[in-house]
Amino acid sequence: MQPDRHAPPSSLSRARTRAFRLNGRAHAALVADHVLLLDYLREGLGLTGTKRGCDGGECGACTVLIDGRPRLACLTRAGECAGHQVETIEGLADGGRMSPLQRAFHERLGTQCGYCTPGMIMAAEGLLRRNPDPDEAAIRAALAGNICRCTGYVKIIEAVQSAAGSAR
Amino acid sequence: MTARRNAWDVVGQPTPLIDGIEKVTGKAQYTADLPAPGALVGGILRSPFSHARILRIDTSAARALPGVRAVITGEDCAFTYGVLPIAMNEYPLARAVVRYRGEPLAAVAAVDEASAAQALRLIRFEVEELPAYYTAHAARAADAIPLHADKPGNIERAVHHRFGDVEAGFAEADLVSERVYRCAEVAHAQMELNAALAEYDPARDHLTLRSTTQVPYYVHLMLARCLAMDMSRIRVVKPFVGGGFGARVETLNFEIIAALLARAAGGTVRLQLSREETFLTHRGRPETEVRLKLGMTRAGRLTACACEVVQRGGAYAGYGVITILYAGALLHGLYDIPAIAYDGFRVYTNLPPCGAMRGHGSVDVRFAFESLLDAMAAEAGLDPFAVRRANLLAAPSETQNGLRIESYGLGECLDWVERASFWGERHGRLGPGRGLGMACSHYVSGAAKPIHWTGEPHAVVHLRLDFDGGITLLTGAADIGQGSSTVMAQAAAEVLGIRLDRVRVVAADSLLTPKDNGSYSSRVTFMVGNATIDAARALRARLVAAAAERLGAPEEAIACEHETFHVAGEDGREMDFAEVARAALARDGGAITAKGSFTCPVAFQGGKHKGGAVGATMGFSYAAQVVEVAVDIDTGMVTVEKVWVAQDCGFAINPLAVEGQIQGAVWMGMGQAIGEETRYEHGLALHASLLDYRVPTILDSPPIALHIVESIDPNGPFGAKEASEGALAGFLPALANAIADAIGLRPDELPVTPDRLLEALAKRRRERRLARALEGVA
Repeated sequence: MQPDRHAPPSSLSRARTRAFRLNGRAHAALVADHVLLLDYLREGLGLTGTKRGCDGGECGACTVLIDGRPRLACLTRAGECAGHQVETIEGLADGGRMSPLQRAFHERLGTQCGYCTPGMIMAAEGLLRRNPDPDEAAIRAALAGNICRCTGYVKIIEAVQSAAGSAR
Repeated sequence: MTARRNAWDVVGQPTPLIDGIEKVTGKAQYTADLPAPGALVGGILRSPFSHARILRIDTSAARALPGVRAVITGEDCAFTYGVLPIAMNEYPLARAVVRYRGEPLAAVAAVDEASAAQALRLIRFEVEELPAYYTAHAARAADAIPLHADKPGNIERAVHHRFGDVEAGFAEADLVSERVYRCAEVAHAQMELNAALAEYDPARDHLTLRSTTQVPYYVHLMLARCLAMDMSRIRVVKPFVGGGFGARVETLNFEIIAALLARAAGGTVRLQLSREETFLTHRGRPETEVRLKLGMTRAGRLTACACEVVQRGGAYAGYGVITILYAGALLHGLYDIPAIAYDGFRVYTNLPPCGAMRGHGSVDVRFAFESLLDAMAAEAGLDPFAVRRANLLAAPSETQNGLRIESYGLGECLDWVERASFWGERHGRLGPGRGLGMACSHYVSGAAKPIHWTGEPHAVVHLRLDFDGGITLLTGAADIGQGSSTVMAQAAAEVLGIRLDRVRVVAADSLLTPKDNGSYSSRVTFMVGNATIDAARALRARLVAAAAERLGAPEEAIACEHETFHVAGEDGREMDFAEVARAALARDGGAITAKGSFTCPVAFQGGKHKGGAVGATMGFSYAAQVVEVAVDIDTGMVTVEKVWVAQDCGFAINPLAVEGQIQGAVWMGMGQAIGEETRYEHGLALHASLLDYRVPTILDSPPIALHIVESIDPNGPFGAKEASEGALAGFLPALANAIADAIGLRPDELPVTPDRLLEALAKRRRERRLARALEGVA
């Protein structure tokens, strides 16, 4: 069980209707103030591609994009997303076709066990939107908050470089 | 090698994982992702005491709380569990005595998280505290009380092995050195949190458990034991698993607790552990002290080795007996050493239990060995590469402790890393604060003797062919990210002469797949790979028989390539795969299941001495690596600049995955060498988050240049051996040796954190001052 997550200050927590865009579609729902975006995505919407790998802000596995910038869904309240664009790994494939980053991570083995992969790809996606042609140092800086335990990061860097190259 | 590689169509080709698309699109469902509408939420109450007698646990208030469906304690399960039949001394929930801080005391299942958490808070307990021991030294003290009544002195296992004439070996040595090395305890820190989903059907007395396991079969065995259920009433499924590295090679308490809760509640229970709880479940590599003595001739030839190892094992047996045996057994099998004495002590302490971790048992000893060898080479004025080359084994051969060496590519590994790193030009010449170090390592390709000796084969694979023309490969082997399902699919496609995407793999579901001993000791490619080849040959024979009949040619004349069966040496007479499949189904009476199996022959199962099966394997992988470091003597910071590694994996069935495994292994060794360690204060885990447990980030991680050596093992599938563990251990001493090259100081304690390095530098300054002062006096 997650520490300090199960006992919301119920007297302070109110449910409100929140409207935001999720993976390109308009979305409105009644969401309590204290609900974290990670829990809302996974438990409320069944979007389990966003992973929990720690007890809050340690590992980057839950990285999503909010208004195109990487954010940790485990440290973001769902209610704060009202009026913003939220993107998860499920929204990245366009019409079911893998995005350049997804294809590169698959083909170049930027994924092994795959658990950090959605967060890693979303962090990399945020980078490539800011900087379509990053050098290795920029890739390392952008992924510094995402822990991978399988790859030693070597093929992750290669995958991001390859995706950036294929977009040029 | 090129000729050999070109002989194959599918194996030997860099191949993305067959389940990779699910992983990159977020569709892969791990245990915590599985839908279970209406499932109860499980939670565990953990001991705040390191060692205590349990006097009373009062769960009445928790049971009375609305929304609570089950509350269980040690009273609800009187059966022990454990991975070794000889050492099952752990209860899923503590009974009578609690032996480490964080051990489960009670568990609840409730309709939601808030109710479960509230119920845990309402459980009251009384204990009588007992003395607790947090170091092997304290636990071995004369007045220490035993954690387990049957193990006086808290020695879980003492091993004393003697091979060759050790005294004579040291007597003939020109140089004898002895030193003590210490390695901190480390944890797997697999990214996926431990989780289990247990469904109990009271009407049928049926249990289904989905869990984060590397060995579903062991989980199945322990569920049957602890719940006293017939195994046929249990189904164990492994969904996608987010890494293991050994953490999940034994049944873990939360898996049994989830099942107990589901049965008590008569429904479905989801039990998801936090990162802190995942650390507390542990089973990592123990804190280890190695006292090592080596004898060497002037020419660099090893004459004798004496090694004493003490492992701080934690509170329960787990794999402990195996770990302490591996530590001694794998002193053999890398180099030719005429005489080896080994004394190992596995010690119980009041800390979370240790277990198997990548490079099981061999890593800390290899750190000591390669560090001391490097120091002795320097003392003798010999190049570190020359010393290794002076002690190479020959293949085939047998070590003194009965390990068979059938293929041995270490020499080629040494040649490549020496050349690629420009060792000759750069070692000792990189200038102040920069250095190169090298080391070697090895590991088994599967333990040749299984833990449960049932008389069955060591691996069984089914291949199914039905009306749709697809080949379904059924295996109990657990793909935990290493890519084993991909390797099996490649092997089957190669033998059958079909496209890779015609093979689909169903893995690790006891309802469907044949039993497998699981993903441990790097056994899967070797053993399940061979079983897959066997199954594919059996299926091919049936296809060939059908094709021969239709084509009117003898079976020996039928060849199959690229999904076409044809009469060898003739034009025209051919059938495509779909036609042959239909013919075979008609001829064989419908759906075909071909079985293949593999068993390691007894001749490979180790020496006759007690514990001789541990370390025995059909093929060792070998690795050599060079590490380049920069050391800042003002801050104590060590930066790993680059690694060159070569590994002999026999034959790379999937070179892409082999590269990934080797890079991951080297990098995990780096984590242990420069930063990772568990820390406990009076038994309280201080490291139990990914901020405090310092897994290297992408910023800390160097480029890793690698080379695959293919020695083509005579018994491996297509010549393959293991690829994921052998390179890990070598990093640790290569780093220490590089630091020695950079600043002339040899670290003898891991991890080499800035505080440790600064302390060692300060000690060296003190010693130098003292020496100068004494010179002055003289």
